[in-house]
Formats: sequence, C-alpha cells, structure tokens
Amino acid sequence: MIDIRGLDVFFGHGKRTFHAVRDVSFSIDRGQSFGLVGESGSGKTTVLRALAGLLDRVARVSGKMAVAQEVLLRDRSREFRRRVQMVFQDPFGSLHPRHTVDTIIAEPARVHRLDRINERVVKALEEVGLDASFRFRYPHQISGGQRQRVSIARALITDPEIILLDEPTSALDVSVQAEVLNLLMRLKREHGLTYILVSHNLAVIAHMCETLSVMQNGAVVETMSVQQLRDHTPDMPYTRQLLTASLGYDRAAIDAFEEFA
Amino acid sequence: MQIIGETKGVPLLRVEDLHVSYNTPTGLVRAVSGVSFELGREKLGIVGESGSGKSQTGRAILGLTAGAQVRANRLEFEGTDLLNASQRTMRDIRGRCISMIMQDPKYSLNPVMTVGSQIEEAFLVHSKSSKREARERTLEMLRAVKIRAPERVYKAYPHEVSGGMGQRIMIAMMMIPKPAIIIADEPTSALDVTVQLQVLAVLDDMIIERGMGLIFISHDLNLIASFCDRILIMYGGKVVEQCLAAELDQARHPYTQGLLNCLPSLEGGQDDLPVLQRDPAWLATPGTTQ
Repeated sequence: MIDIRGLDVFFGHGKRTFHAVRDVSFSIDRGQSFGLVGESGSGKTTVLRALAGLLDRVARVSGKMAVAQEVLLRDRSREFRRRVQMVFQDPFGSLHPRHTVDTIIAEPARVHRLDRINERVVKALEEVGLDASFRFRYPHQISGGQRQRVSIARALITDPEIILLDEPTSALDVSVQAEVLNLLMRLKREHGLTYILVSHNLAVIAHMCETLSVMQNGAVVETMSVQQLRDHTPDMPYTRQLLTASLGYDRAAIDAFEEFA
Repeated sequence: MQIIGETKGVPLLRVEDLHVSYNTPTGLVRAVSGVSFELGREKLGIVGESGSGKSQTGRAILGLTAGAQVRANRLEFEGTDLLNASQRTMRDIRGRCISMIMQDPKYSLNPVMTVGSQIEEAFLVHSKSSKREARERTLEMLRAVKIRAPERVYKAYPHEVSGGMGQRIMIAMMMIPKPAIIIADEPTSALDVTVQLQVLAVLDDMIIERGMGLIFISHDLNLIASFCDRILIMYGGKVVEQCLAAELDQARHPYTQGLLNCLPSLEGGQDDLPVLQRDPAWLATPGTTQ
C-alpha cells in the first residue's frame, strides 16, 4: 500500500544544510498500522510530512515514494490527496479558530468537489461519536478530545484509505487518550484503513501497530514487529534503552544510560 | 531510605482543608476544595488529569495564586502560617525555604540573562555574599546537576541550551538557596523520556542527600509510581485517594483504578481499552479513602 525507498530530507542550503531524514525505507501493507517512534528531533514527523507532500516547498526531498502503486510526484495528484489524510498533534492549533465544526469538516469535501456534503458531514460526526449539536460550535467551545474527534472526522470525509497520525493523543489526558485510541481502532476495522502512527510513546505504538520503526538522528535504527517490542527483545542498544526508560524511574538503570549520537 | 507512609516527627509542611477558588464571569470556580496532607522528608506525588487542581494546590502553598480566594484550616511550613504571612515573610520563604520548579525551561528562564547570572541572583537574594562567592557556588551547583561544561554554560543564554540542560539549570537555581521543600510542577513533561529520567535522577540524588521534601506534580501515573514514595490522587479539586507509591496497583478508588486501566501497555493486546466512566458521586463525597 505504501512503499518508501531511500527517503532523504534536507532543510536549508549550502553550509547550513540540515540532513533531517537519512535514507529511510519501509513498506506497509493495506490495512496495517505502522508505527514510527523516536525522541524529539529524530525525524519521525518529517517522514510523515514528506509522504503527505507538505515539505516540497520548504525542503529538498529525494527518494522514491509510492502509494497504491502510484509513484508520487512532487505535485501530488488529486486522487492522492483524497486517498491520504492526516491528523495533527495539537488539537488547539490544527482547527481554524473562526470556522465552525461544520465548515472545518466540510472543507476537504468541497475541495474534492464531493456530492451530498451535508449528508457526509453528519455521517462523519456520527462516526467519531459526536452528536449533531457539535456541528455549529467553534473549536474553543469544545474540549481537547472532542477537537481531536473533529480532526479525525475531517480526515474521514474524503473516504480515505490511509490516515497519517502525528502524535494524535499526546496532548490529551490519559482517559481521553483511551477513547481516541479506541475510536481509531474501530474506524480502522470498519473502513479497512491503513495507518502510519508517529508517537514518542512506546505503549501507544504497541497498542495500535503491527510493525514499527525506531528512528534516531534522522535514520531508522531498527524495524521490528510489535511482538518483539512486547517481549522486550529489541536488537539494538538504542531501542533497548528507550524501552527501559519508558518503563518508569529506575535509579540504577539510569546510571547505565549511554549517549547515542 | 525515605520515610514511608506516616511522616516521621514534625512534618515540614502541613496542609489542612485547603480551598482555592476563583470568581469568574460565569460564577465561582472551585479549583481546589478541601485538600489535606502532610509532607515530611519524602517524595510526595500529586497526580491527576488536567483541571484536577494539582497545580493550584502547589501554587497555593507558595502564595502564587493571584486573584484567587485561598482559605485553609492550616497551611504551615515548620510552624509558620503561610496563609496569613506578610508579603515580606513570604518573599523570605519563597526560594529559601520552599521553591518551585516549573514545567518548561523555555518559558521559565529569563531569556535576556545569562544562565550564570540567573542562578547567582537566586543565591544573592537570600544571602549576603560576595559576587565572587556567588560565582563559585553557581559553578559548583552546575557541576552538581551534572552539567559537563559548567564554565561554558555559565556564560550561555537559555536559548543556547537544550531542554534537558535547561531543566537542570532550573534545578540548580532552585537548589542553590538550600530550600527545605521543592515543589516540582510537571518538571520533566516537556523532555524526552531518557532525558526526563536523567534529570529526575539529579533531583532525586539531591533530595536524598540534603534530606529535603519534594512535592512532585504530574499527570504521569507510571512515572509518579516509580519515582515517589507516596501518592495523592486528585480529581475535581479533591484528593480522592492516597496510597504508597509501591501499592498504587492495589488502589481502591474507582477513579484511580479507571486511570490505571485506561493506559495502553507494552504487553497488552489490541483490544479496546477500558474507558473511564466518571461518577458524579466522586465529586460529592468529601475526604479520602485510605
């Protein structure tokens, strides 16, 4: 479904060039969830944005990317833009503050000149568990979890096959996170969606994904099955350290931490 | 190591029936309603979701709740009444007796002062020392928080250091007047997980070495359970449960159990996570289950 070969991303020019993504390759089957995990600055979000075509104006992107046998060009096709949708991290920054929920959700449908927009908005809201009373509210009138549901509804309205999820729950309380993760799992089952999930939280990745890549300094350190993560048997020392750290505070383990540069 | 459960001897801090409320155009908001606890020389965690009143509890202790009505039966630091203390006394207490580590070093450090002069300022406010001694003490402190090039960092501005180093600088600044209590409000939430633990280790070592009390405010249950000695769980401005950190998994209150259950786990499968069902009765019943 998704095939990425030798992806490199450079920001800036000349001496100030920053090599943000280094030779990243992976492929994902239809209906799978793929996790990208790493610390801040590891390049995981940049990979997602490069795939979505959000970087072509601000960075140099090279490598081969294909989605459903369609080789991606610098200017993405209309079909790609319908087929691939994205949910962003910050539910406060990613919804237009002066648009109603209705306007926000309907916008992609208008862009893609879909029919029966009214019906589609109602259905999308229903699917993310928001009743019709939310339709004409503004983002500041609803909670963080509800906003993230609106973002998901906006992604669903074009009837996509792939949703790119960039830290979709890291700004939410854990009880709300559980609701949003459950919603994402249900939508995946019902629509046969393919997900790429970017997160710094190994437990969220373990819960949602079948396969994951661990990134560090722009490169993939290790790609493994979720089972390997659950068994606590990653191959690379960097991943093992990340795993140890995510298990909680352990004074003795911290002294053994190494710098991976 | 640390005193577990009952706090030994005279507690450093005593809070009894603390209320913090705000008058807003839409009515009175009760941020904290009836919180009581004691703090000894230990690591006390306060955990809760956003809006539970955990930060307001921490800020009320230092009198940092501008515009709020704060009342309590008792709010004492080693016998000194913090509620009715004069501004002068409070200025003396803040920093020297009780100090606070804020969440984000990016916003809590002064961007136009060098790291060295900020830490020195914290020292000089509370002691009559020479500039030279302040500099020495500052460098010593930077070494104590495991900063490898203290001389370089001393001259650096906050934007020139990483998030993890920024938070170590905050710790250095708060520790240099040798307070008895540190209130840390989400001190490492903005940091990557490995850096977070390294910063906590620095804090932990200093607290044990100096026999201080720590109030650690966080939304991260796992982190609090592994880092602290004792935990208060807050919901809707109240402490709904308190327990030893090691016994968090045996928590009895349905809210605490609900919070623990809705966390995805590394080992768990992909089944739906149990969703927290909020019971209005949690807000009605005062006091705590012990």
